[in-house]
Parts: sequence; structure tokens; C-alpha cells
Amino acid sequence: MSPLLKSILSAEFGFAIFRVMTPLLFAAIGVSISSLAGTINISMEGTMLISAFVGVVVSAFTESLVLALLAGVAAGMAMGAILSYFHLRLKADIILAAIALNLFASGITVFLLFIASGDKGSSSSLKSLVFPELHIPLIKSIPVLGTIISGHNIMTYGVILAIVVFYIIIFKTPLGLRIRAVGQNPDAAESVGINVNRTRMWALMLSGFFGAFGGLYLSMGYVSWFARDMTAGRGWIAIAAATLGGYLPLGTFLASLLFGAVNALAIYLASLQFPSELISLIPYLATVIALTIYSARALKKRTHKVEEAKRVGKITEVKELGGSS
Amino acid sequence: MERFLLKYFTLIRVIIAIAIGIVISVFLIYLISEEPGFSLRSFLLGPFLSRSRLAHVFETASPIIFCGLAIAVAFQAKQFNIGAEGSLYLGAALGTAFAVSTNMPAFIHIPLVLLMAGLAGATWSFIPAILKARWKASELVSSLMLNYVAYFLGLYLMNFHFRDKEAGYLVSYELPESAWLAQFIPDTRIHYGIILALVFALLVYYFLYHTTTGYEIRSTGFNERFARFGGISVFKVVVLCQVILGFLAAFGGMTEVMGIHRRFVWQFSPGYGWDGIIVAIIGRNHPLLIIPASFFLAYLRVGGRVLNLMSDVPAEMITVIQSIIILLITAEAFLSQWKYRVTLRQAERGGAA
Amino acid sequence: METILEAKDILKVYENGVVANRGVSVAIEKNTIHAIVGENGAGKTTLMKVIFGIEQAQEGEIFFKGEKANIRSPHDAIRMGIGMVHQHLMLAPDLTVAENMILGNEPRRARVFLDTERAVEITEHVAQQYGLQVPPDRKIKDLPIGVRQRVEILKALFRNAELLILDEPTSVLTPQETEVLFKTLKDLKEQGKTIIFISHKLKEVKQIADRVTIMRDSRVIDTREAGELTEHDIAHLMVGRDISFERLPAPVQLGKPVLRVRDLSYVNDEGILVLNKISFDIRAGEILGLAGVVGNGQTELIRILTGLLEPSEGEIALQGETLVGLSPRKIREKGLCHIPEDRIEEGVAEETTLEENFILDRYYKRGFSKGLRLSWKSISEHSEDLIKRFNILAQSSKTPVSSLSGGNIQKVVVARELSADPEVIIAAHPTRGIDVGSEEMVHRLLREARDRGKGIFLASADLDEILKLCTRVIVMYNGEIVAHFQDMSAVTGKDLGPYMLGVQREEAVSGKVSA
Repeated sequence: MSPLLKSILSAEFGFAIFRVMTPLLFAAIGVSISSLAGTINISMEGTMLISAFVGVVVSAFTESLVLALLAGVAAGMAMGAILSYFHLRLKADIILAAIALNLFASGITVFLLFIASGDKGSSSSLKSLVFPELHIPLIKSIPVLGTIISGHNIMTYGVILAIVVFYIIIFKTPLGLRIRAVGQNPDAAESVGINVNRTRMWALMLSGFFGAFGGLYLSMGYVSWFARDMTAGRGWIAIAAATLGGYLPLGTFLASLLFGAVNALAIYLASLQFPSELISLIPYLATVIALTIYSARALKKRTHKVEEAKRVGKITEVKELGGSS
Repeated sequence: MERFLLKYFTLIRVIIAIAIGIVISVFLIYLISEEPGFSLRSFLLGPFLSRSRLAHVFETASPIIFCGLAIAVAFQAKQFNIGAEGSLYLGAALGTAFAVSTNMPAFIHIPLVLLMAGLAGATWSFIPAILKARWKASELVSSLMLNYVAYFLGLYLMNFHFRDKEAGYLVSYELPESAWLAQFIPDTRIHYGIILALVFALLVYYFLYHTTTGYEIRSTGFNERFARFGGISVFKVVVLCQVILGFLAAFGGMTEVMGIHRRFVWQFSPGYGWDGIIVAIIGRNHPLLIIPASFFLAYLRVGGRVLNLMSDVPAEMITVIQSIIILLITAEAFLSQWKYRVTLRQAERGGAA
Repeated sequence: METILEAKDILKVYENGVVANRGVSVAIEKNTIHAIVGENGAGKTTLMKVIFGIEQAQEGEIFFKGEKANIRSPHDAIRMGIGMVHQHLMLAPDLTVAENMILGNEPRRARVFLDTERAVEITEHVAQQYGLQVPPDRKIKDLPIGVRQRVEILKALFRNAELLILDEPTSVLTPQETEVLFKTLKDLKEQGKTIIFISHKLKEVKQIADRVTIMRDSRVIDTREAGELTEHDIAHLMVGRDISFERLPAPVQLGKPVLRVRDLSYVNDEGILVLNKISFDIRAGEILGLAGVVGNGQTELIRILTGLLEPSEGEIALQGETLVGLSPRKIREKGLCHIPEDRIEEGVAEETTLEENFILDRYYKRGFSKGLRLSWKSISEHSEDLIKRFNILAQSSKTPVSSLSGGNIQKVVVARELSADPEVIIAAHPTRGIDVGSEEMVHRLLREARDRGKGIFLASADLDEILKLCTRVIVMYNGEIVAHFQDMSAVTGKDLGPYMLGVQREEAVSGKVSA
């Protein structure tokens, strides 16, 4: 067996996949939950960045992991709140506003870092904390499986929990039901007394909530510092993963796993002088293909024959005919 | 007075947004800097105070103008294709490959290289265009994804097939001099790209506002049903405006390679595509307004760098200000309350119609 | 018989100035099925919106169960016991029946979790209570429309509606489904509910209603026991007009047919046969009217004629040349123009200037552009000319269309279409929602075109307009031509009414319709 293949199939690689997937999945959950309500949140890049920064700074100054976690999550939710304010109240286009927020986060984090610590670009002088790793007794001794499963940062176990929580919220709580209803037919929701804007606001804040964990992991687990633009496009990958996964829990998980695997593979291949770029582009291409198939299917109009017509009928609503936009 | 304000409401809103941004930046500088006055001067006046800095504003504006124009054309038809970045990257990569592999006199080489890059970019953005026109697939998502594919393809091409192993960094072979855009102002890096950018701005303006195709594009953006009703081929518009986007972005990226670096140096995507979106928003998709918008953005960037260099305020403040300005501009309802009240007053006084 | 709902002197004026309800008073008796009938624009949907809280009336009062009711939103109405089943069903397609049922009122476990089992239980319980079978675990999008409607009804019942309003419920149902619905409604009545039922289908009204309220022109004409009226009676009340003497003088000269339509049929995306072998001619120098209640296929017919929709079968020929399969642009070039029924959605691009709106159909033609280049000078001159000729009230040809009043916007559309000097003019509801002055002008322009030998097809829900302008009239009902009036001199609204409402039809009409 070629050494390349051997390495890919190794337990270490399996471990790496989960490690790489962690921030992606958190962010993808954020994108998915906001999409289900009809207001896709593409400011994950910025949300993760802000939480990563806040976590590092708060942990350095308070020496408390818990406070850092709380602060980071609050920051993430605040980003969701700001987006919802600009989109729902001030009627800004949700895509453009999110792009602006990403830009904002990129700048403000470095800016505040400088004020807080005098560091320019990377939090070298801050003694920030990290989230611990968990070595699970018994399991860690199992060959292969043990290497893959045990020893991860607590956040990685957290993201598995997050997917479950995502599932529960969406399918097992009233809020989740309302989010889905608002995303599918806001008029229907409105007609039963649901405040569509308020539900969407909650969806956006929840997306900020999940995204925050992704950011916290980056600066306090994956590595132990904050650096400018450290999210390095993960927020955008999360959008791809969420879209590929159809914005539902299982799909989002599998898609993130795919992206994580490809990402891990790419990192490994790069060290081998193999063109990792060709591998890296596969999931994105897959997303475009999936999107096209999905759209084409939705569009398929069956042209009916007169003989097949179900009935002669009067239709009272005049729908968009002959070239809908 | 009020009538005047109403007529130019959107423009005024943009100016107010910018003004608020500047005010906030002043505030932040005072908050942070040990020498606020000096810092403020460095920021606001810095770009003008030295020849090289002023030149830098022009150098920075050049590719941004191209990308702003690219995005504007698509946005005018309400096609939210954000793939300028991808087209720019891949187009410039392919253009570089072509430039490096061919040899001909400059007066042919330059336009041909630019054309090749442009065509490559146009072909790339044809993909999301046709997917939208034919299957109504979201051009936003597909162009976003394809940005990544373009980046990886371009990077692969450059790093594995055109890498200059003798250079210290990961860069491509140097472009032959016949493919260089000359830097025509001594002691600066201002190259003919900026001239091309301004020329193209005029061309795009002319195209959008003085040609039949431009009319079709804009009408589709105003009201797609209206356009269809009048017999305009919306399919053609959807495809054409995005293909033009790809061409302009790639062309602009190539001018940057030919004028400043003379090699393909981008290990990371340069971000002009995103800047293009920013200036398109600020300039309300109007080609002539995109010129000042791009210069404004460039001015902010350079000012930020001066600020960073000369004082204790980080350059990222600029990013923050930019984002606030954009947020305010995209917030349609921003100041709309005021507009509504004034419109009401006007109507009561028996205004238009 | 006690009154469950009473509306007194409702006055509702919309923002654009249209008076939808004027002095409307209706008393709905408990335990009855009460039908509200009227043409489009008569005000019945508005009245329902006011009762259900979607709109607020400027004047008038509503009493529910004897007490004055202040209904500011659907929420209030629901809380009081009024439920509404809208024409566009208010259901989330990817959620199950049970989920849609309890939406907004979700049963919980431990306060935080959704009790899905309870939701199913509730659904089954309510379904059984009222005898309406629905599958609680199926998603709405997988269910036929009759079942979906049943879910809507159950939704309202679940929220303790005592008064159920149904807006044109049978318009989306097959005959079999309609039977089932009627049985349901009768059962509900037995169980103590009261039902208000909006409909155009007089046969059904006679079949199921206890009482009928007829509305016309934003007023209530009468409320009577259904048994006392025949369908004809109802039709006459709905449509009845004082005999309008306003008629155009007869056409100067009737020419040959310029537009021939033969056996035009159209099946829509949902498999419904919307047009059934439509055949007619339009002659040069006449105005052919298309009367009928909106929703009987007129919109589709017009979109097919103008190339915006493809027919399933049939032929259309303009001066001998076939139009089927041609693009809208080609059809225009052959000499057909279109005044669309929705000027804002389709007729104009509001955000931009009058100039840009005027050249929609001709920007690429010689005189307005040279090759790719637009000749703005000629375009401006042309616009100024149109503004003057058509008396359009606007500051300049460079003002945005959005700043114009409705009537003036319509003038822009009419100016553009008529100035193309077409052979055939298709006008759909050309004077809908515009001021009297503009309406006068549009009528004058159509008459002038007629006198110049053009063929005009006028589809309108305004019977006065039809009677005033048309040389001949065809009536459409359920996708078919059911009447053809060749001589309009003695025809009144009362004559047209029964055909429009499906109460009456001429046999073998098609043979007579061609000139």
C-alpha cells in the first residue's frame, strides 16, 4: 500500500478530521439555523473572529475559562443581534450587511487587541487560556478507534453535542417549529399570531451563539492565541457546508465532515508536495453541482396535454405565469 | 431646499453615512492615541502630504475601480454575483501563464495578455450566469463557491507549473518586459492600469446608459417582469452582465500583475473583488460614482497605513470605519423616517404630480 | 334566531383612495351558512378582512355575540372566536399537519420541549370532534389541496372558532372535493358553528347557503333567505345596473378580421384546463369586449395572445400570420400591443424615468438608436411629444414614474402602447383604479383607435365600460366562451350577468363568434 494511502487511512488522520471539522461545524450550524428561518447569516467569519478575540482577551485578564466562554458566546450573540437589527429593523440587505459585519469584525478585533495589549496583530503578550483536552479512560486504549475518539479538545466533543442540540432545538422545541414555519411561509406564521421578525431575530442570535463556539475553539484550543483574520475563510466554508447539507442537522454534519476531511487531507498533501489545491476545491465544486441539481429539479414544469387535464376549473388567484422571475 | 434634498436623497444618505464614519474615526483616534491631533492629521491628510503616498492612493484605486465596475454591471441587473474575486484570480493566473509562455512585441503582447485574462475571467463567471439563467440556481451561492474553486485552480497552476524556483518566495516566473504596463510617473508605481481603469469606467458608463444593451440590463434590474413584457430577453441579460463582470474583474487583476508586481505573487486572494462590492455599494452601482468611491476607499486605506506607521493607532481602524459606512448605506430604512415625513409635507403642499 | 355577528355601517377606504365598503351593514345569524356574493371589487373580501382584523374600517362598528368588538388584528379575531380560511392557504409546506395545527399554540413538555405526541393527539381529537379526517404525520406539501383545506378549517376550529369565514373555498377543489367540503360545512353547522362563505358560484350558493347577502359597488344590496331567490335573481342583483345610455356611436366601418383565434386551449402547471377551445375573431374597426368574473381564464387568454404564455393547443393569427410560438417582441413587431392589467407590476418600471419607460418596445428601432447607440435626443423629444399628446401630468420626461398618480401612470402605459400604431390592441382592465379624467381619456383614445380601423380587445370587470365601448361582447366562464352578444344596442348588465356567473350559457357559441 502506498505510503500516502496508508497515512490517509490511519487513525491519526481520523483524529485530524474531527479536529479540523470542529470550528467548521459550529459555524455551519449557525448558518443552517438562520437559513431555516429564511434569513441566512453569512457573517460567520466575523462572528467567529469576534468570539475568538473576546475569549482570548477575557481569559487573559480574568484567568477564568468560564468567564471567557460566557463572554465569547455573548459576543457571538451580539453579532447576531446587530445583524438582525440592521436587516429586520433598518431593512438592510442581509447579504450586504453580513459582508459589512465580517469586515467590521476583522478590523475591530485587531484594533481592540492593540488597545488591550499593545500587540499588533497577534496576541503574543497575552497569557490566554485554552480549553482542556479530554482523554477518555478505557476508550483511549482501544486500538484505532481509541486514537480517533479520545484526546480531543473538549470543544470537539462539544460540537457533537451541538449538532444534537441543534437537532433538538429545531425539531423538538416550539421555537424551532416557529423558525421552520417562518422560513417556509411567513404569512402562515403571521396568521397564527407569531411575530415573524422576533422569531428571525432569535434565529440570528442562535446562529451567533453556535458560531461563537467555533471561534472560541480556534483561539483557545486549535491554537492558543488570537491572530488577525485567523478564521481564514472557515466562515465561508461553513456556508458551503450548510448549503450542501440542506441546512438540516444530519446533512450539515455530514457536509462539514466532508469539508473537514478534505481540509485535513489538503494540509497533509501540502506537506508532501502534492497539489493539495486540487483536492481542496472538490467540496466547493460539489456544492455548486448539488445546488444546480436541486434548482433544476425544483424548476421542472411538466407541460400537460389537454387530454390529461384534471378538470375544467376556475382559478381565482392569478399566479405568476409565463416567465416567473 | 427640501425638494432638492428629496431628489438627491440617496446621494445625501451616502454622504451622511460617510460623514458619520469620519466622525467615528475621529472619535476613536481621540480615544486611543497619545497624540490625537497628530494622528488625526496623519490619517486625514497623510495621503496628500507626500508624493509617494498620493501615488499610493492612485495605485490602490486602480484594481478596485475595475472590480467596482464589474460588480456594478451585474448588480444593475439585480444579479448578485459576488464572483469578481474568483474571476480576477483565475483570469490573472491564466493571463500570467499566457504572458510568460509567449513572446511578441509589446504593442501586441500587452493587449493580448489583457484580453486573454479577461476572456478567462469572463468564461469563469459564465458558469454561475448560465446556472442562473437556465435553472434559476442562486448566483450568489454558486459564484461564492466558484471563487474558491478559481482560487485553488489558479494557485495550483501558478505553484506547480509556473513557479519560479530561483525566486526567494512562492511566485511565478517574471513576466517578459513586453508584457509590462509601464510605470509612467517617476518615483511612483503608478502604471497605465489606472488610465485603463478610468477609460473603462467611461466605457461602462457609456455602455450602461447610452446603448441598447445597457438599457436592457438596467430595465431588467428595475423590473424583470417589465423587461420581459417589453420583449427583452432576460436570459441574455442575466448571462451577459455576469460575463462582463468576469471580464472586467480579470482584466483589472491582470493590469495589477502587469503594472506593479510583474509576476503572479498572490498566494492569498488579494481581495479586490470584495473591495469592488464595497465601492459598488457606495457608488450605487453607477460607473462614474465608482471612480470617486474607489479613490475614497483607497484614500482611507492609505490614510490608515500612514496612521499605522506614524502613530500608535492601528490601521485596522480603517476597516472598522469602512464597515460602519457600508452598514449605514445598505440600511435602506436609515433616515427613511425623515424622508417619509418630508415627502408627506411636500405632498400636502401640493408637490409633484 | 340570534345574531352572532353584526356589521353596522362599515366604511372602508384604502390608502389609494378606493372606497371598498360604503355603509355596509350585515347581520349573520348563528348556526347558518351565510353566503356573500358579488363581483370582483364589490367589497366582499374587504368586508371579510375588516371582520377578521386584517384591515381596519374608518367608520362603523362590529358586534360579536351581542358585544361591541374591537378587532385590530387577526389575533383579536381569533381570540374572540372568529376563524378564517384564506384563498391562499396559510400553511407551512414542509411541516406536518399536526405541526401546522398547533403552530403558535404549541403544547409543551417541561415548558421547554415541544410535545409532538400531544400535538398529534390534539389533531386527532379535533379531527374526530368535527368529523374531518386528516393524516397528522404527513407533510402539507405531500397532500392534495382538498386535504390541505381541511387542515386549514381544522386549524380555525382548534382555535375555538365559532364563526368560520371561507373565502372562495371551492375555487381550488375538484367537484368531488367540493361535495366533501359541503358535507363538512353542513356537519359543522349541525354542531353549532356559523359559516360565512364567499363565492361566485351561484349553483353552489343555492346548494348550501341558508342566507345570501349580495354586494355591489362597495354596498350591500340585500340580504335574503337563499330559498327565496333563484340563481337568476341573485345574478341580477349582483350585476344589475340602471340602464346605462352611454354608448359610443356605432363604428364607422367594420373591416375584415385582423385577429383570429381558433380552438385555443391551455392547461396550467397544476393540470387544470384553464382555457377550453376558445375561438373568436376581432375585426378591424371594432372593440370586442371580454366580460366575465376575474379568474375564469381571461388573464391566461390575454397572456397567450401577447406571447407571455404558451398555449397547449390552438391557433392565433394576426392578419394571416401565426403568432403561436413567437416571442413577445416578434408579436409586437407584427402589430399587436398590450395594455397590461397590472401597470405597476408589468406596465412600467417605477424607479426610472418616463423616457426610459416610453421606449421599452422601441429602443432598438431606428430613430431611437443607431446600432447599439441610444439616441437620447430623439428619445427625449419623443417623450416630450407623448407627454403633451397624452396630457400626462409630470414635471418632465426625466421624472421617475413613481412620482406620478395612478391615472398618469396608466397614461404612460397607454401612450407607449398606442403610439406604436398597432393593428390590434389588447387592453386588460385599462381603467382599473384611475381617476375619472384619465378614464375618460383612455376611453376616448380607444374609440379613436377604433375609428382609425384598429381592432381592439377589451377585457374588463367594469360592466359600464364594456357596455359603453364595445361593439360586440363575448362572455367567459370557467375557461369557455358562454355567450356572444353581436348587437350591443339593447344589452344591459342584467343580460350579461347570468352568463358571467355561470347561470346561463348559449349553446354552440363558438360557431357564432367568428364574424
